[in-house]
Amino acid sequence: MALYSEKVMDHFENPRNVGKLADADGVGEVGNAKCGDIMRIYIKVEDGIIVDTKFNTFGCGSAIATSSMATEMIKGKPLEEALKLSNQAVVEALDGLPVQKIHCSVLAEQAVRAAIVDYYEKNGIEYDKEKLAIHDCHDCESCGH
Amino acid sequence: MFVYADNAATTSVSKTALDAMLPFLTEYYGNPSSLYSFAQQVTEKVAEARETVARCLGAQPREIYFTSGGSESDNQAIMSAARVGARKNKKHIISTKFEHHAVLHTLKRLEKEGYEVTLLDVHEDGVVRLEDLEAALREDTCLVTIMFANNEIGTVQPIKEIGALCRAKGVPFHTDAVQAVGHMHIDVEEMNIDMLSLSGHKFHAPKGIGALYVRKNIPLFNLIEGGGQERGKRAGTENVAGMAALAAALKESCENIDIVTPRITAMRDRIIAELSKIPHSRLNGHREKRVPGTVNMCFEGIEGEALLLLLDRKGICASSGSACTSGSLDPSHVLLSIGLPHEVAHGSLRLSIGEYTTEEEIDHIVKVVPQVVEYLRNMSPVWDELERGVKPHLI
Repeated sequence: MALYSEKVMDHFENPRNVGKLADADGVGEVGNAKCGDIMRIYIKVEDGIIVDTKFNTFGCGSAIATSSMATEMIKGKPLEEALKLSNQAVVEALDGLPVQKIHCSVLAEQAVRAAIVDYYEKNGIEYDKEKLAIHDCHDCESCGH
Repeated sequence: MFVYADNAATTSVSKTALDAMLPFLTEYYGNPSSLYSFAQQVTEKVAEARETVARCLGAQPREIYFTSGGSESDNQAIMSAARVGARKNKKHIISTKFEHHAVLHTLKRLEKEGYEVTLLDVHEDGVVRLEDLEAALREDTCLVTIMFANNEIGTVQPIKEIGALCRAKGVPFHTDAVQAVGHMHIDVEEMNIDMLSLSGHKFHAPKGIGALYVRKNIPLFNLIEGGGQERGKRAGTENVAGMAALAAALKESCENIDIVTPRITAMRDRIIAELSKIPHSRLNGHREKRVPGTVNMCFEGIEGEALLLLLDRKGICASSGSACTSGSLDPSHVLLSIGLPHEVAHGSLRLSIGEYTTEEEIDHIVKVVPQVVEYLRNMSPVWDELERGVKPHLI
């Protein structure tokens, strides 16, 4: 059996929405180069809807695939709905990930959240800081960095 | 195009090795321990295989014990030396930071049992310094175990000098020579080696067969108890086909070393020269003191697993020391031991070629790797920051 599902390989080899958004309204970056994963997600927002999104990712195949899938899943969605994107939903959409790669999907979920929080901050929009706290590598004690 | 560039992981079984082993799977299937002549002819072949291996290493046949491979050989050599040491109240072992896990994990186990372990630095070039070893040797040192050539970066250690130093101090010296045997000339007498581990599948014998050389005056304890095979030191009915194949493959490899080494070295150097043209790349390990076929390089701003997956799609089999391929969150201990920062070590690539590698395959490698590196860098936020000067380049 291959390490990754066909869908993961498809999103890894033909990543959707890869690149930068020069006029992004929100940018979220999570992860840590020491741990080997960094995701940066850009969003363009109009009337509370994510009209465009791009990503840059440093990481393994599943990190790139989860970034690709997560951006696909939030594109065209209202911010409130994008905030509900869970890592499990990304994993399911990719037909599963190996256990040791689940953290990649968590990073994707958190990168989306970080981009939306950045948009809220830039536009002075109130949000629940506790509920939308970012939990990425900096909270992870697995590798001790 | 299919390019197998992972010969340090394993090699294909050569025709010579296959031809040598097949009769023992079909016609000559007798158990060497049986008395009747049908089996005794197999016993003779086992003896012949042992003689061949001994001759290739400059050893005596009675100093060769067949095992299941490198890991078992390492385990037995170390556990046995530790037990011998304990009898004399010597419970200190010296090794290096970048040994194979078969050595490091065995040493960890001994630490839990009360042994003290000193792991020598391998410096930026991946080579042990004799003065470091000399300073670490103690009255209670019962073993020095230092690999012949490193499996990830390919650097070769000053084995003869290490052996001489250990001999002068009366400390047994073991070397994990899994990456060197069959690829470099080895003479255990000349190189002052007391114990040596080797593995068949690194030089075109099948997987699951290896050997341990133990100098005749060095006591050896068993890992596996049972019957009296291998002069009572390693129980279990002989893997006769494996032994015959290992002997045949080793003989062929050793006879061909002088013929194939210049060609493999030239191809390896071409890979190094071409891939070094990639900006912010580096060769890991000493430029000259290395096995002929192994290249290990880091490319800043990318991650190794993604690199391997894309190379796989282009038909290239290679390996990496990134965390994602090591099965943990930390990159390879070997790359960290030569002082690479974590973020650089994640972007490593090991290419290991052999006598079956062709110039056309090297052409493919040096064409594809730069393309894939560039592709991944273009989507990497780390590379973006490095290029914009937000963070300084580390290599």
